[in-house]
Amino acid sequence: MNVLYFAWVRQKVGRSDEIIEHSPNLRTVGDLAAYLKAKGGGYAEAFADMGRLRAAVNQVHVGLEATLSAGDEVAFFPPVTGG
Amino acid sequence: MSINIHIQNEDFEVADEIEALTGDGTGAVATFTGIVRGDGGLTALILEHYPGMTEREIGRIAEEAQKRWPVNGLTVIHRVGRLAAGERIVLVAVAAAHRGAAFEACEFLMDYLKTRAPFWKQEERGGETSWVEARASDDDAAERWRRT
Repeated sequence: MNVLYFAWVRQKVGRSDEIIEHSPNLRTVGDLAAYLKAKGGGYAEAFADMGRLRAAVNQVHVGLEATLSAGDEVAFFPPVTGG
Repeated sequence: MSINIHIQNEDFEVADEIEALTGDGTGAVATFTGIVRGDGGLTALILEHYPGMTEREIGRIAEEAQKRWPVNGLTVIHRVGRLAAGERIVLVAVAAAHRGAAFEACEFLMDYLKTRAPFWKQEERGGETSWVEARASDDDAAERWRRT
């Protein structure tokens, strides 16, 4: 899976994207967020409060319960502030 | 029916965009222009987006507007990068036969753009930058369209 980070999520994590292999432990977006949080450091900061984060899978807004598949593009970002 | 969606750093000319939407059967073009508000010492906004998803999400919002109102054409231009106070930031223009559909679809597009399209703003004050927090009032503005 290609995992992307935007805005302050990217700043805290320290990178804009990375490849993470899909595995049975990473069934949902919430599982992936918990996995990333457990990496500690900037990841722990970025994923400390999932209520402050939004996610998209394959460029469509989703909730934490959305399921993941190999090859998915998954993005984590703050609530949007355009316009 | 033309749907034009542009994410760009360059400025735009509102008059040119209205002209481009004017054609047979169009009796009204409603436009909304957002401008970087230079209050509280704000010197600039720095905008980023999610290339690919941003265009797709605005496209989905535009399709929804088309289903709800008899729209002849619409244009959304959103600028990204560093925009100084007083610069134009966003344009939504909607062409229709009559003003009601044009006004309503324009407002709908703007409300959904603010709550669904993946853009993020930083405010620059002097040399300091800080991320803009999403506002509940924007969610409320978008939510009211669900009830109508």
